[in-house]
Amino acid sequence: MSAAPDLRARAEALGQTLPPLLAEAEMLAATVMLGEHGRRRAGLGDEFWQYRPAHQGDSARMIDWRRSARSDSHFVREREWQAAQSVTLWVDPSKSMTFTGDKSRAPKGDRAKLLALALAVLLLRGGERVGIAGMASPRAGRTQMLRLAARLAGEDAGEDYGAPETDGMVSHGRAVFLSDFLGDLTAVEAGLARASDRGVKGVLIQILDPAEEEFPFDGRTIFESMGGTMRHETQRAGDLRARYLSRLAERKDRLTGLARAVGWHFTTHHTGHPAQSALLWAYAALQGGR
Amino acid sequence: MFMIGPIGFAVPWLLLALIALPILWFLLRAVPPAPIRRRFPGVALLLGLKDEETETDKTPWWLLLLRMLAVAAAIIAFAGPILNPDVRAAGSGPLMVVVDGSWADARDWPRRAEKASALVAEAGAEGRPVALIRLTDAPERVEFQTAEAWAGRAAGLQPQAWAPGMDGWAEVLPDGSFETVWLSDGLAYPGRDGLLEALEAKGPVRVIESPRPVLALHPAGFEDGKVVVAASRMPVGDAVSVEVIARGPDPAGIERELARVTLGFAAGMERGEALLDVPPELRNRITRFELEAARTAGAVSLTDDSLKRRKIALIGAGPDQEGLQLLSPLHYLRQALEPVAEIIDGTLTEVLLANPDVVILADVARLTQSETDATLDWLEEGGLLLRFAGPRLAASDVSRFDEDPLLPVRLREGGRSVGGTMSWGEPKALAPFTEGSPFFGLVAPDDVVVRAQVLAQPDPNLTERTIAALDDGTPLVTRKIVGDGQVVLVHVTANAEWSSLPLSGLFVQMLERLAVSTRPALPEATDLAGQTWSPEVVLDAYGQLSDAGELPGAEGEALAGAITTGPTLAMPPGLYAGADRRVALNIMSPEAELLPAVWPASVPVEGLEGREAQALKGAFLTGGLALLLIDVLAALWVAGRLSGLRRGVAVLLVALLPMQEAKAQDTSLPDDALALEATTAVVLAHVLTGDPQVDEVAAAGLLGLGDRLWQRTSIEPALPIGVDLERDELAFFPFLYWPITAGQAQPSAEAYGKLNQYLRTGGMILFDTRDADVAGFGGSTPEGQRLQLIASGLDIPPLEQMPGDHVLTRTFYLLQEFPGRHARGAVWVEAAPLAEAEAAEGMPFRNLNDGVTPVVIGGNDWAAAWAVDDIGVPLLPVGRGFAGERQREIAYRFGINLIMHVLTGNYKSDQVHVPALLERLGQ
Repeated sequence: MSAAPDLRARAEALGQTLPPLLAEAEMLAATVMLGEHGRRRAGLGDEFWQYRPAHQGDSARMIDWRRSARSDSHFVREREWQAAQSVTLWVDPSKSMTFTGDKSRAPKGDRAKLLALALAVLLLRGGERVGIAGMASPRAGRTQMLRLAARLAGEDAGEDYGAPETDGMVSHGRAVFLSDFLGDLTAVEAGLARASDRGVKGVLIQILDPAEEEFPFDGRTIFESMGGTMRHETQRAGDLRARYLSRLAERKDRLTGLARAVGWHFTTHHTGHPAQSALLWAYAALQGGR
Repeated sequence: MFMIGPIGFAVPWLLLALIALPILWFLLRAVPPAPIRRRFPGVALLLGLKDEETETDKTPWWLLLLRMLAVAAAIIAFAGPILNPDVRAAGSGPLMVVVDGSWADARDWPRRAEKASALVAEAGAEGRPVALIRLTDAPERVEFQTAEAWAGRAAGLQPQAWAPGMDGWAEVLPDGSFETVWLSDGLAYPGRDGLLEALEAKGPVRVIESPRPVLALHPAGFEDGKVVVAASRMPVGDAVSVEVIARGPDPAGIERELARVTLGFAAGMERGEALLDVPPELRNRITRFELEAARTAGAVSLTDDSLKRRKIALIGAGPDQEGLQLLSPLHYLRQALEPVAEIIDGTLTEVLLANPDVVILADVARLTQSETDATLDWLEEGGLLLRFAGPRLAASDVSRFDEDPLLPVRLREGGRSVGGTMSWGEPKALAPFTEGSPFFGLVAPDDVVVRAQVLAQPDPNLTERTIAALDDGTPLVTRKIVGDGQVVLVHVTANAEWSSLPLSGLFVQMLERLAVSTRPALPEATDLAGQTWSPEVVLDAYGQLSDAGELPGAEGEALAGAITTGPTLAMPPGLYAGADRRVALNIMSPEAELLPAVWPASVPVEGLEGREAQALKGAFLTGGLALLLIDVLAALWVAGRLSGLRRGVAVLLVALLPMQEAKAQDTSLPDDALALEATTAVVLAHVLTGDPQVDEVAAAGLLGLGDRLWQRTSIEPALPIGVDLERDELAFFPFLYWPITAGQAQPSAEAYGKLNQYLRTGGMILFDTRDADVAGFGGSTPEGQRLQLIASGLDIPPLEQMPGDHVLTRTFYLLQEFPGRHARGAVWVEAAPLAEAEAAEGMPFRNLNDGVTPVVIGGNDWAAAWAVDDIGVPLLPVGRGFAGERQREIAYRFGINLIMHVLTGNYKSDQVHVPALLERLGQ
């Protein structure tokens, strides 16, 4: 019997978070000026592309009689190729994404969701199909945007570190993995392998808190993972800084290498920086990947 | 009492607890500081890392030491430490308490009286008989009595306003041996050694002196028309300055502060002087000077007539009496009076308007009726008319048959001449002055002789009116009282023609006695001799004036002696009035010095409170608490938790060191190099955002704009400067370009102050969000939001989108668009006042004449369009092809218009009136 109030409370919480997240994502997406639309080549689509002289092999149905009547030759009306892509987003739902080094900064997970949704808004507006790995299959349209927002605002998983989800990924589509990639890299490696097996290309966006980049700790400290499964005790946290940073750099190098091996892009984004730059980069990277 | 050095302990056994400290050492050492638990996803990267050093799991030794010290301080505090506990062996036998009780004691009398009372009470507690003597009293037989008998007197003891008399006390000391405590005021007095010897012969002597400085004021004098105030101090120390206040009645008769001067003692100097320049009217009202810092009789110097400068009108015979200056009847008077009085020249009616104290008529015979009436009125109110005889008076028939109201006697015709070539007899000398004459006491020199004079008619009242006569009895000076004033006739001339009187010092003294002139300095004994001086007001030891009451008068000789040696019991300081003048008796004579008392080495000298027992419990507890506070901070630091507290610590440091902070700020003057660079030419400046790329583009943009300005206009800007809002002075720059980045820090309150000052004083800021304003009005890009945040602290007027007739559209080029790298963003400027914004008939522009907009806000990324590299080639692409180049050109034109607007203001707007002006000229 306690399920119903719980459900209602969660639904209300969802109702509270959904519009701001979506609004924020749309606002973020609004800052990106969409440059050239379409594929700039003739193909299937709704938009007019060009008239070309009819040549052999064109069926009579294809001739645009209105245009042809204005001249002596026959013309065929071509439409711009607007083949939609399927983009699958994966936002790390693990507990490590709930970390923030400063109360004034939002957790990494929030930034990841914001970026994912803003990217979805942009792509949906561009006519692509967007889905979330393991949660929502890729579809186009405005209702999909609301669905994605609802899915993203859902509960986080209970694990400490997340592994990329590849379910529901469309072959030869695009994928975006948003995570801190601080967990076991073999899971990431496996996920990338599965994705590249299906011919999926995409981007890895590592979202880190500035505290994770700077390691501003000192003194006797017990570090625990967000879920509490791992712990490390040190007498002088300050002494560990250099070694921690070198390990972090090593991890980034490894991720870059992994991404390059399968033709993906990798970047690191910090929650202390504006989200816009990361969004632009991701959008450009997705376009460039075509 | 258990003693360690000068510290005694009330509960010494508690100190045994100090033995427990080493145990505490081991206990504390065993407990390491608690670790902090942190949630941190990066722990995955930390796994397997080993600490390089492991010793800090034990408390560091210095922290232990800190804690031990804190505990030790607490233990010692509860053991009741007392500094200088009173452990002197109880004395025996009678106790003599000697108090100087002089004016110098008044500076800390309550503590002295307390000390004396304490000594008496202490002796009473020990059952010793006590005697208490005050050296400023007249010596009388001293008897030892019980402490109870003295207690009331000791408490009510007051200092006296004169120096202690040392002589005579040695004879009246009681027999038998006794111990002496001497509460000295610290000054040297003659006879002190003798008294000390007498006391030492009776038993041990102990001296208690206060280390507080003694300040005393000397009588004020004159120098070059200014009042000189001098003060002495003891002991001689560093340079100090004290305030000297001149007090006196205001015109309404209420005592007020009339003037104030700062008197500085140079380092190592015993004496300091100050000059007080006040107008004569004010100066004549000053009744006393006081040192503001000290409340003793020595810090007060009363002024008498000596500071008053009388206004004296000198009127000679008519202008036809031109002659050699030495023959002028007024020459000697002028010589005698000029240094000591204000001299007024003019006709009689004129000078009477100035209400002089004295009018001197030298050989003036006849006055008009109106002059006579006016002079009589003035005499009734207390004026002094001093007339000198002369050939003209002798020749006239003034006061021949009836006594002239302005002459004291009737005159015989022609006068007389003695000892001349055509007469018998010798020139006459002066007879000694009789008692009752104002000149009584003066000694007439033998060489003063009279060769000619006017003669008084024998009259019944001639004798009483004569105040000086020749040795044959003929009146030389006669006087008549008129109302409150008097008329004095000197029967000889004021020059040396008829007598040698004006050549002698007696002449000056006589003028002085007549209160015509004032004494230049201290009165000589001869000046005062022969008169009885009764005190009017007297000073008490604290420098307060009180009515003299029934005090007996003093002989002039005694007063003169007291003026040089200082007041005594018989002659307290105050104002003494004689027949015609008042004399002030001050504590300090002009040359007196304050000398410290020198005690032989055999006499122990103590300060008033030097050996006071002082409980140290509070100090030790406070110290312990402070150590514990430090321990808290140190423990946090060791545990690595201080980082969050850093801001608090910084605030604390700033609060603790406000002085040093203020000084440091004072020294951070604006950088001179920057000021020079910015002011030798027009300099365009951009605000440094902290984003190197944006700053680079802004600098390049301003460089490009500067190049175009140089090529096309008479504005020749120097290289652009990047401005750090927190550090640099903004006042040098007419124009600031401020690119907004989303991650820009908000300026500090100080920087906001500078910016607002800059905007108010005519600076202009071009805010550029560089986002082409894509979100539109009301929407917000991150840069737009940041701009809103930044601008919230700025004093920005109401804005409007740039109207088509804004002066910016025509300051140099005619423009309707303001593109940068982006073409169509809106540009916002200060809104025009609605009331004035009306277009005149037939005019293309509205009549807007005032103000340069302090801000221009837009998002067209102008700097990117302006930007050039070192060789002048555009740095960034704008648009496409020729359209893009055209857009860049328009962007430059906007920049040129903007800088023109900044530098020329609304000049172009005023051009609206040109047609009207031309039309008016044509007519």
